[in-house]
Amino acid sequence: MTTQVSTTTRWARFRDSYLLYSFKRTWSAQLCLAIFLCLVLAAFMAPWLAPTNPYDLRQIDILDSELPPFWIEGAVEHYTLGTDAQGRDLLSIILYGTRVSLVIGFGAVILQAILGVTFGLLAGYLGGRVDAILMRLADIQLSFSTLMVAIVVGAVVKATLGSSFYSQYAVLMLILIIGLAEWPQYARTVRASVLAEKSKEYVDAARVMGLGSRRIMFRHVLPNTLSPVFVISTVQIANAIISEAALSFLGLGMPETHPSLGSLIKSGFDYIQSGSWWITLIPGAVLVVLVLVINLLGDWLRDVMNPRLYKG
Amino acid sequence: MSLLEVSDLDVRFALRQGEVRALRNVSFSLDRGERLGIVGESGAGKSVAAFSLLNLIASPGFIAGGSIRFDGQELTGLSDRALRKVRGNRISMIFQDPMMTLNPVLSIGEQMIECLKAHRRISHREARAIALHKLQQVQIPSPETRLDQYPHELSGGMRQRIIIAIALLLDPDIIIADEPTTALDVTIQAEIMALLLELCEKHNVGLILITHDLGVVSQVTQRMLVMYAGRVIEQGPTREIINDPQHPYTQGLMNALPQMATPGERLNQIPGSMPSLSNLPSGCAFHPRCGFVNDANGQPRRACLEQVPDFVDSGNCRVACHMVAEMLEEEQRLAKEETS
Repeated sequence: MTTQVSTTTRWARFRDSYLLYSFKRTWSAQLCLAIFLCLVLAAFMAPWLAPTNPYDLRQIDILDSELPPFWIEGAVEHYTLGTDAQGRDLLSIILYGTRVSLVIGFGAVILQAILGVTFGLLAGYLGGRVDAILMRLADIQLSFSTLMVAIVVGAVVKATLGSSFYSQYAVLMLILIIGLAEWPQYARTVRASVLAEKSKEYVDAARVMGLGSRRIMFRHVLPNTLSPVFVISTVQIANAIISEAALSFLGLGMPETHPSLGSLIKSGFDYIQSGSWWITLIPGAVLVVLVLVINLLGDWLRDVMNPRLYKG
Repeated sequence: MSLLEVSDLDVRFALRQGEVRALRNVSFSLDRGERLGIVGESGAGKSVAAFSLLNLIASPGFIAGGSIRFDGQELTGLSDRALRKVRGNRISMIFQDPMMTLNPVLSIGEQMIECLKAHRRISHREARAIALHKLQQVQIPSPETRLDQYPHELSGGMRQRIIIAIALLLDPDIIIADEPTTALDVTIQAEIMALLLELCEKHNVGLILITHDLGVVSQVTQRMLVMYAGRVIEQGPTREIINDPQHPYTQGLMNALPQMATPGERLNQIPGSMPSLSNLPSGCAFHPRCGFVNDANGQPRRACLEQVPDFVDSGNCRVACHMVAEMLEEEQRLAKEETS
């Protein structure tokens, strides 16, 4: 019975919240969320929505390659958005590619957040030597660009375990690389707000109650530092998707047999001069829209979560 | 033996410009169910004393010497794990600002249940029942709904009641209240103090009340300490100190009360301000502000300038003042002459 009480109050609290109020009044936020949800749904329903399965080589005919999209002369009705250089249906492969990009984006951000929040919390709350070591680690990490880490890790893995191993676990590798490269963003933000929260009296009160450090850190301080974490998460998801696309474009990311949006753009780039522009531009447009709506949602969220920016 | 015995407590802060001694030779004791007031200006070391009892002084502060014996157990030098069993469980604390002491993102119930669960092996349901019972004890209207509310939904007086409920949650032996009513308005102050007094009497809980409000001290406590610049300068039964303060500083505090001033005149005040702890005057720390520093010849007493005063017994009180000591000696001499 008690859980029922708390769920109804939680729902009521959400219904009365400024978050929902602002959402109802910001058409750009509504539009962005709608587009974002459409893209996510379409991507994850790809096996049911896509006309063909681009991973199944039996369904691909090389003679169908470089067919234009439907509004251009020479289009084949069956391939709505045309085909790529290997004769794969572009619509299907974009749906599957968006799914790969989203999985890598979210996966990398979850990894970043887990590492960054934990380290930031430890550094901020414990202070002293722990703080110094963790923050210098973060500085070192930030001084390498994501691309450099990716090139080094990619090269080492390919050299030691073979490139077939790398392409088999490419999604995991990319999540790991982007996640490891960007955790300091979280660690710094969380540390800064932990330092501000730590000096508040409720922390003293929790210590006076006889609670242990771990409990105080994760139960009392962490929830108070989460709103900036939500805000940077949106930016970080967009960044991670872009990083992945950049890596794939450089040939360090997803293999062509299992393309993400970035590797699709790359594979089409060779044909852009020969007139088959759609192979590059359509996935490119999808990537731009995806990143743009996430960033716009992040901007809106930042405005809502920061009371000092309330617009009257 | 008393429940809590503090002797020669010495707390220092290691700052860049050197060590600052925040508490020097502070000694006092508290019996079960007794209520003790600690009075002094801001910066006298009252709050440091309270925090050091639970060994919660944040670095760079540390306990440099002395002992704190609670129920036969020495608290200084105890491990953090062992101390956590005392904190909240046997000695709990109430802070000044009820707006700040409750965690803004946890509901009242969650905060209370968590505190119970940290010390006892009980189920969620039992913990909730205890929390509800304590909220009823502090006379909060509709306690059941309060459990699911968040701190920002409650008024200041209500929050302070909840903080008292949390302090009582584990049936502690001692509650340390650090200026519990300073942040509240006057009518609620009286209500909260009355509630605290009633609960302490009912459950036989000892109270250490830290305040600069002599009125509250005289109503609530049985014994009191007056602190100045990190030292106890006068201690004894509250009534005797309030009625007949011995130390010039305590007299000054009493004189500074608005009731003591003639209407239409300025309030009496003690000239000057509390010295910085890193730069204490020689001898008695109060001598630059003391109106009794000169002896009968109009010359400053050398002892006041050079020597830290020891405690002398004056009736039931103990006072650290050269002037009082001199007067007592004089009285004793006269009494002796009379008998001979």
